[in-house]
Amino acid sequence: MTAILRTEKLRVEYRSREMRQATKVALQGLDLEVHAGEVFGFLGPNGAGKTTTMNVLLGFVPPTSGAAYLFGIDVRQPIARQRIGYLPELTYYYKFLTAEELLRFYAKIFGLSRSEADRRIPELLKLVELEHAAKRPIKSYSKGMQQRAGLAQALINNPDLLVLDEPTSGLDPLGRMKVREIIQRLKNEGKTVFFSSHELGEVESVCDRVAIIHQGELKAVGRVADVTGNHASLEKAFLQIIGYQMQPVS
Amino acid sequence: MNNIFAVAGVVIKELYRRKDFYVLFIVTILICVMMASVNIYNDAHIVRYLKEICLLLIWICSLVVAVTTTARQIPAERENRTLLPLLAKPLTRVQLIVGKFLGCWLACGLTLVCFYIFFGALSASREHQWPLMNYFQAAMLHWFMLGIVVAMALLGSLVFAAPSSNSTICFVIIGGILFAARHLDQVALTLREPLRTVVYSLYFAIPHLELFDLRDLVIHNWPLIEWKYFGLALLYALFYMGVFLVAACQVFRRKAVN
Repeated sequence: MTAILRTEKLRVEYRSREMRQATKVALQGLDLEVHAGEVFGFLGPNGAGKTTTMNVLLGFVPPTSGAAYLFGIDVRQPIARQRIGYLPELTYYYKFLTAEELLRFYAKIFGLSRSEADRRIPELLKLVELEHAAKRPIKSYSKGMQQRAGLAQALINNPDLLVLDEPTSGLDPLGRMKVREIIQRLKNEGKTVFFSSHELGEVESVCDRVAIIHQGELKAVGRVADVTGNHASLEKAFLQIIGYQMQPVS
Repeated sequence: MNNIFAVAGVVIKELYRRKDFYVLFIVTILICVMMASVNIYNDAHIVRYLKEICLLLIWICSLVVAVTTTARQIPAERENRTLLPLLAKPLTRVQLIVGKFLGCWLACGLTLVCFYIFFGALSASREHQWPLMNYFQAAMLHWFMLGIVVAMALLGSLVFAAPSSNSTICFVIIGGILFAARHLDQVALTLREPLRTVVYSLYFAIPHLELFDLRDLVIHNWPLIEWKYFGLALLYALFYMGVFLVAACQVFRRKAVN
């Protein structure tokens, strides 16, 4: 299978701002491959290195050593980002723009022609169920609506790979379900989705493969059933993999 | 170039959808109309004072618009995290900086057009003349001066995280240049070495914003400045805009955006 996203011995160190503190290692030799057409869940506790991995993949943070590739192109080259869509965690889009204007702005950045944008924008607004609010400023949107507008901007260039950083974070159950449905639809369209999440139930239901990262190290990777193994659920497997000891309730 | 214009377009939309400009414009109109409606000194030349007040308000308002609009651009992108989806697209950091600069500068240009049309109308209502070329020279040099201010504030927004601290520092520097820069060479003469060289170097290094101030020309209806000097002033402004923009791009290129 073709690896659309690949990291090789990826290491990221952050220099602490305080002189006395040692260098913080955010990623230690991460090897990861995501194949075309799969939905890949990237799991780990807070501070495990999920967002750092995404930041490297998107060119925000240079790796200390190792390499990362998108579609076989080094992530340090802007062209590597031409075929990806990215939804960051908790983003507050330009409040003074409407969803339609926001999408038109991102379409221009991708160099979409006017006619292409005219066709694509209503399609996306329909997909994320925002067509009724297309002409309203984003400042009047609820959190769930903003997140769906974010998902629409991530899809404006009809990307082959979607990178979603905790897409359901902070959403109510209905909002989470809607985002999950959209991911499912994208999967059916053959898109590759790479996403991080703390909602393990959601990961279990939509992902083909998962990876578990802890303290910057890859602890497990494989099909959901393989990672779950003999455990009752992915959550139980996850807790065991990261070394969490359940305390008996007295 | 498409990317740069797309970024610039959003900045311009932001300016005309926020209240800042309208508030400043209305306050300027109210003050000037109020001043125009009363003939305080019963003096035929009162129109000159009126023009002076109006132009002073235009200068203050334009500087406020330029600094506050520019100072919040990058910090707001960081705070709202819109910088992340933006840079995750095929948009380079240089394009983002140039787009932001162009947007802020064009927005300042639009602001100036509104202010100078009002000034022209107010002045014509009293003087019954419309010296268009004087207004053109004054407005163009004013706009290019704002270009330097915008580029400087953009650089400041990458160095200082808070827009308020950046704005304050920019206002202090701009005020200092406008009021004191022209006297620095004379101050240097009164000093001993090595301070003299330091002050002289400062005199030649800083952008002399006061050179772009043609208010007296408009107020007293003086003849136009020669076009070659006008052109040189524009080139001088472009040089400083370039210096600040290159510095901003260098700073931004090294900054982590996570």
